[in-house]
Amino acid sequence: MSHHIVEVKHLQHTYPDGTIAIKDVSFRITHGESVAIIGANGAGKSTLLQHLNGCLEASSGQIRIGDTLLSKGTLPDIRRTVGMVFQYPDDQLFMPSVFEDVAFGPLNLGLTDDEVVLRVRDALERVGAGHLTAKPPYHLSGGEKKRVAIASVLAMSPDILVMDEPTSGLDPFARRQLMALLREFQHTKIFTSHDLDMVLELCQRTIVLHEGVIMADGPTGEIFLNDALLAACRLEKPFSMQGCPVCAGRNGTEKTLQHT
Amino acid sequence: MISINAAVIDLKRLELLADLDSPIHRLDARAKVLVTLVFIISVASFGRYELARLLPFFIFPVAIAALANLPPFYLIRKTLLISPFILMIGMFNPVFDHTVLYQIGQTEISGGWISLASLFIRSLLTVGAAFILVGTTGFTAVCQALERLGVPQIFAVQLLFLHRYLFVLADETGRASRARELRSCGRRGLGTVSFGSLAGHLLLRTWQRAERIHGAMLARGFIGRFHAHRRGYFGGSELCFVVGWSLLCLSLRTFDITTTLGTLLTGVFP
Repeated sequence: MSHHIVEVKHLQHTYPDGTIAIKDVSFRITHGESVAIIGANGAGKSTLLQHLNGCLEASSGQIRIGDTLLSKGTLPDIRRTVGMVFQYPDDQLFMPSVFEDVAFGPLNLGLTDDEVVLRVRDALERVGAGHLTAKPPYHLSGGEKKRVAIASVLAMSPDILVMDEPTSGLDPFARRQLMALLREFQHTKIFTSHDLDMVLELCQRTIVLHEGVIMADGPTGEIFLNDALLAACRLEKPFSMQGCPVCAGRNGTEKTLQHT
Repeated sequence: MISINAAVIDLKRLELLADLDSPIHRLDARAKVLVTLVFIISVASFGRYELARLLPFFIFPVAIAALANLPPFYLIRKTLLISPFILMIGMFNPVFDHTVLYQIGQTEISGGWISLASLFIRSLLTVGAAFILVGTTGFTAVCQALERLGVPQIFAVQLLFLHRYLFVLADETGRASRARELRSCGRRGLGTVSFGSLAGHLLLRTWQRAERIHGAMLARGFIGRFHAHRRGYFGGSELCFVVGWSLLCLSLRTFDITTTLGTLLTGVFP
C-alpha cells in the first residue's frame, strides 16, 4: 500500500511578495496514519496543505505521494490519490446542484454514467446528505455545505484525505457527526485545525508548525503535555486536558469561604 | 443593505418556482428554450412602429404561466422592474421623431411615441418570456439545454458560474455594505470614496475566490472540459410543444391577424 505514503522533503515556499511561508519542512506520513498539522494563525498550515496535491508549487524541495514524485506530469494521478477538502465549502461547491457537484470528480475520472450515479449516492449517504441531492449549494446551511464538500471528495475514492479546518464553523452536533465520519475513513488522513480536542480524539500524530518551521512532530498526547512548546507556538492544551473551570471556581469559592 | 438581500431572496424565489410540478415543468428544457427563442426572435423582428400586431403575442406568456401555475402578479412585478431601463433607452424617441402617424380627433400621435410604446411592449414580452422560461425550467437546466443545443461549452459554463456565484457575491456585498452603514452612524460615511474602496475590495476578493475555486476544480481532476451528466428526454410531447408554439409564433409574425380579425368584426358589425 505504498501509494498511501506522503513524503515531504526540504519543502520551502515563498509567496510573490517575498513572505517565506514554509521553511525547510520535511516529514513522512505512512499508510493509515491520522496526522494533524497544528499551529497559530499564519504558521503556514494551509500553505503546506495546498502543496500536497499541487494547488501550490514549491519554491524548493520535493513531495512524493507513494512512489510518485509530484511534478506537472504526475499531477492528474496525484490529484486522484489525494482528496482535498477546502476550508470554505463555497469555494468547493461550484456546480449548480449537489448531485452535479459530487459527480464532478467521478465524471472527470472518466467513469460511466451509471457508475457516477452509484458513487454520488454512496458518497452522499456516507455523509448523511442523501436528501440534499437535488438542492442547489446556495440553499444549504453551513454544516450541510461542509458535508457535501466532503462527499464530493469521497466520491473520487481518494487514498489520502487532506482537510483544511474540517470542523470550523460547525455546530457541536454537526462537529460530532463529522468526527464520527472521519473516524470511519480508514486510509491516510491529514488535517489542519485549531480544534485541538478534535485533534486529540482523531489523530495519533501531530506536527506543530510555527512561522513556517516544524517545531515538533510526535504522538499527539505527548505534544499536548509539553506546555513550554505549546506556549512558544501560541497554542494551548485542548479543553479536555485543561481543568474544569466550573469545579475549579467552586473549589476556589469554598476555600475563600473557609478562610473567612 | 436590505435591498441587496431582498433582491437575492427574490431571485431565489424565481429559481424555486422551477421545482413546481406541471405539464410545462415536466417538458425537456431544450423544448422550452427553443420555443422561447422562436418567440423572442418573432417579437423582436417587428418594425419599430408596430404596435397592434404585437398584442396577440401575449397569448404565449399568459398561457404558459397559467399552465405552469406561476404566480402572475410576481411575474408582472418582476417584468415591470426593468421598465425604467426601457424608458431610458426610448425616452428620446418622442423628442426626435415627430412624424405624425395617427390622428385621434385633434390629437396627433407622433412616430416617436408609437416606437416608444412598441419598444416597451416588446421588452415586456421578451423579458417576461425569459422569466417564465427560468421559472418553469431553472437557470441551470436552461444553461445545460443551451449547451446540448450546440452553444459552445465555454459560454454555457460561464453562465452557470455567473449564476452560482451571484448569490455568494451578493451576500458578500450585503455584508460589506452593512458593515459600512453601521459604522457611518446614519450619515454618508466617507461618501463615494468609501464606496470606491468597497467595490475594489469586492473585486479583489472575487479574484481570490476565483483562484480558490479553480484550485478546487483542479483538485478534482478538472482538465479543461466539463463532463455533463446527460439527462432529459426529447419525446413526442416536446416535439408537439415546439412545433405548435413555433407555428403559432411564425404565423402571428407573418400574417396580420389583428387587422384580419378587426376587419372581420367590423364587417360583421358595421
